[in-house]
Amino acid sequence: MELAPSETHDFKRGQGSVLLIACGALAREIIQLIELNNWQHLDVACLPAKLHNTPEQIPEAVREKIRTNRDKYNRIYVLYADCGTGGLLDKVLEEEGDVERIPGPHCYSFFAGNDVFEARAEDDMRAFFLTDYLCRHFDKLVWEGFGLDRHPDMPSFVFGNYEKVVFLAQTKDEALERQAAEIAHRLGLAYEYRFTGMGDLASYMATAK
Amino acid sequence: MSDEEDIVLSELADDELVQQMHDDLYDGLKEEIEEGTNILLERGWQPYNILTQALVEGMRIVGEDFRDGILFVPEVLLSANAMKAGMFILRPLLAETGAPTLGTMVIGTVKGDIHDIGKNLVGMMMEGAGFEVFNIGINNPVENFLEAIEQHKPDIIGMSALLTTTMPYMKVVIDTLIEKGMRDDFVVLVGGAPLNEEFGKAIGADSYCRDAAVAVETAKDFMKRKHNQMSASA
Ligand code: B12
Repeated sequence: MELAPSETHDFKRGQGSVLLIACGALAREIIQLIELNNWQHLDVACLPAKLHNTPEQIPEAVREKIRTNRDKYNRIYVLYADCGTGGLLDKVLEEEGDVERIPGPHCYSFFAGNDVFEARAEDDMRAFFLTDYLCRHFDKLVWEGFGLDRHPDMPSFVFGNYEKVVFLAQTKDEALERQAAEIAHRLGLAYEYRFTGMGDLASYMATAK
Repeated sequence: MSDEEDIVLSELADDELVQQMHDDLYDGLKEEIEEGTNILLERGWQPYNILTQALVEGMRIVGEDFRDGILFVPEVLLSANAMKAGMFILRPLLAETGAPTLGTMVIGTVKGDIHDIGKNLVGMMMEGAGFEVFNIGINNPVENFLEAIEQHKPDIIGMSALLTTTMPYMKVVIDTLIEKGMRDDFVVLVGGAPLNEEFGKAIGADSYCRDAAVAVETAKDFMKRKHNQMSASA
């Protein structure tokens, strides 16, 4: 189960009692966790991952999903971090009432574990993070997404302040590791690998009842 | 906007060339912007006029279309890269030829954050509007702001943050200014995509600016008021 950056998808295996409204970039991991743990009560509705690059659109997109699904579920959880909405996503959740989200500023942080991420923030300040998803879709979301393919200056214009690529890996996958190393090489940055597993996502989903 | 047939920039009349540079900036064509800038210089244009009429005006159109959802992040990044190249040629000349100075600004991205494209764009547009701008770069702790204030005696302090985790640091800077009894000596402008008006108010900034155009208007407005106050009390 893998969603392209512009895809929306509803995963409703058992027509469960709890709905997870999630960023499309998390679909694969969420569904893996559901299957692994046999969480039959969980349904998932994904918004397109490309909203990442226009975070101002996230709060209203989530609000709409809440409103169209409110009557069908006992409870709704949002699997979006703040994601650069500057608190506006939280405001929408407060206005809609009785919907909470996974804590954290962005997915890089909750995959690493919010506490761990914060503790390392200073050392990682000049790091660009990859997750399994971003590794797979780097070309579409970043390379083309930020116009790095359109002018030879662009990689250094965009990544000039960066020193290393840190691959926060959700799964052990050698092909992805090679891809991550290649991305670092292409950007002219050092490369570091850290296996995080599902991080805070797994423990948070376990509480979604 | 780009036309496939080859346009020879040096054959265009001044006003056509300026128009073409607006299009080239829109299309993020760095080399063409460099060439156009050099041609206008050779034709005896004042660097400041090239900056305002060709570059700033072109970038204003880009900013408007970005705001209205016609252009997206990659196009803006390409345009910003082209603008930077033109600016790179003009900046040393601006200092020599004496551009007008409406006021002075210190601008930087706050501690923990290394996003800088929007901040640099604001800096360039402020220069284009006639401000002397000292860009102190990225990842600035409050000490850097204090040092730059001491050195450049700015009228305006600009802070940028693009991360939810670094936005709160703006308050640290403002609170330090208050502690030192300096807060009222400056206008503090804040910006960056995750910020909003409410946040600007909450941390005690004078104004949150959605984009570079708003930043320029706001800064001009404050300077006008400052001058009026000074002449009223003189
Ligand atoms: C381009 C970009 C990058 C580039 C940065 C290049 C650079 N040199 O700056 C790259 C790809 C390197 C990058 C990296 C990261 N980024 Co980034 N990035 C963006 C993106 C897509 C656009 C920002 C941008 O440049 N816009 C174009 C400029 C022109 O607009 P602007 O910055 O908003 O500036 C305008 C106004 O805001 C205003 N303004 C800005 N500053 C100021 C200052 C003053 C004084 C005033 C008056 C006005 C003002 O005027 C400007 C001009 O009009 C944003 C999302 C978004 N749409 O904002 C994410 C975003 C900010 N990034 C984000 C993240 C998470 C990261 C990373 C952690 C991702 C990663 N995989 O590692 C890293 C950061 C790591 C680190 N160590 O800091 C998140 C932040 C989430 C959060 N909770 O905070 C965002 C919101 C994307 C998302 N939804 O996930 N990023």
